Amino acid sequence: MSFVFDLLSIAAIAAGGLFYLAGTVGLLRFPDAYTRLHALTKADNLGLALIVLGLLFQADSLLAGLKLVLIWLLVMLSGAAVSQLVARAERRRESL
Amino acid sequence: MTVVVSLAVALLLLALAVWTVIARDAFPAVAGFIAYGLLLSLVWVRLDGIDVALTEAAIGGGLTGALLLGAVGRLRGTEAAAESERCGVGLRSFAMLLALAVTAVLMLCVLALPEPAPTVAPQVVQNLGATGVGNPITGVLLAFRALDTLLEAIVLVIALIGVWSLAPEGAWGGRPGLRHFSDPDGVLAYLARLLPPIGIIVGIYLFWAGADHPGGKFQSATILAAMWMLVIMAGLADSPRTDHRGLRGGVVAGPLAFIAVGLLGLASAGAFLGYPPQWAKPMIVAIELALMPTLVLVLALLMNGTPARDGDR
Repeated sequence: MSFVFDLLSIAAIAAGGLFYLAGTVGLLRFPDAYTRLHALTKADNLGLALIVLGLLFQADSLLAGLKLVLIWLLVMLSGAAVSQLVARAERRRESL
Repeated sequence: MTVVVSLAVALLLLALAVWTVIARDAFPAVAGFIAYGLLLSLVWVRLDGIDVALTEAAIGGGLTGALLLGAVGRLRGTEAAAESERCGVGLRSFAMLLALAVTAVLMLCVLALPEPAPTVAPQVVQNLGATGVGNPITGVLLAFRALDTLLEAIVLVIALIGVWSLAPEGAWGGRPGLRHFSDPDGVLAYLARLLPPIGIIVGIYLFWAGADHPGGKFQSATILAAMWMLVIMAGLADSPRTDHRGLRGGVVAGPLAFIAVGLLGLASAGAFLGYPPQWAKPMIVAIELALMPTLVLVLALLMNGTPARDGDR
């Protein structure tokens, strides 16, 4: 059983790493602030979600698993809020 | 494998440090400094210094970063003028030589340290039982080197008085900075309603866990102060008047209680800040409880800055 869990962990974390790689490439290559934010939030939300999912298979207790999920939710909350604020600041700067 | 990760983090840290120093504009330099602080806390985790890592992330990266961002905002108007008046080659090379000399002396000092480094860690671990706390860091901060912590708290209060003293004529005792407004249905107001309950629980947990696990009042106070700042910046509450008696009382309460406990030790254990046997843990808890509100107030008020308006009077 633990072998299956290990395989699932590897698959999920590798997929999450791929999202982070894609997000980083987007952050470096995309032309303006909005598209860069778009790339960044994909890495934050889906990439971290997949990594947390992969780590959940390795959690030793329910509490540790809940903490991992809580970290993911908190990062998603702050990431979503901050990217909105950055986009709004950029729009205000453009209209000046 | 872990060696490769450690090396990569160390190289990244060095690169970020150099980049922060050579960045020409203030904003990128501060952004680099914040990233440097977060990366440095990762290094402390790798070195098993969880307490230091938490402090570095909360104060080194977070609070200092936010203070520096505020400074960048204030300097923005003068930056172009400062760029235009470049000093001569002689002065610049003198400054470079001076900086290089300081770096060289620091390097020589590090290389001259005895190997293995002198340490009192075994004595701390041996005598930790007498203090009643399980986390050696807390034991050092509040029992073996409590005087340092007392002076640290007093320095923070003096720093706050310094920031307040920059108030323009007529604004002394008023509210700091501008009143913040944001869309009441917007994302910032939403975050400022949703996050503080979670942040307050995390902050109190860090404070409580500090006795036996990594954590403590400084990290906890930073988180609580950040939650308060979030509410102020979202415009849900105004920053407090700095001449409010309760507020000023709260700012000095912590150090005063600390000194009172110290004098109590002088009477009962024969040394300033000495704890009588069996009473160490309750006295440490009393100091922590008294210092906590002071730290939250001072850190948040430092972030709020100089009194700038008369408020609602």
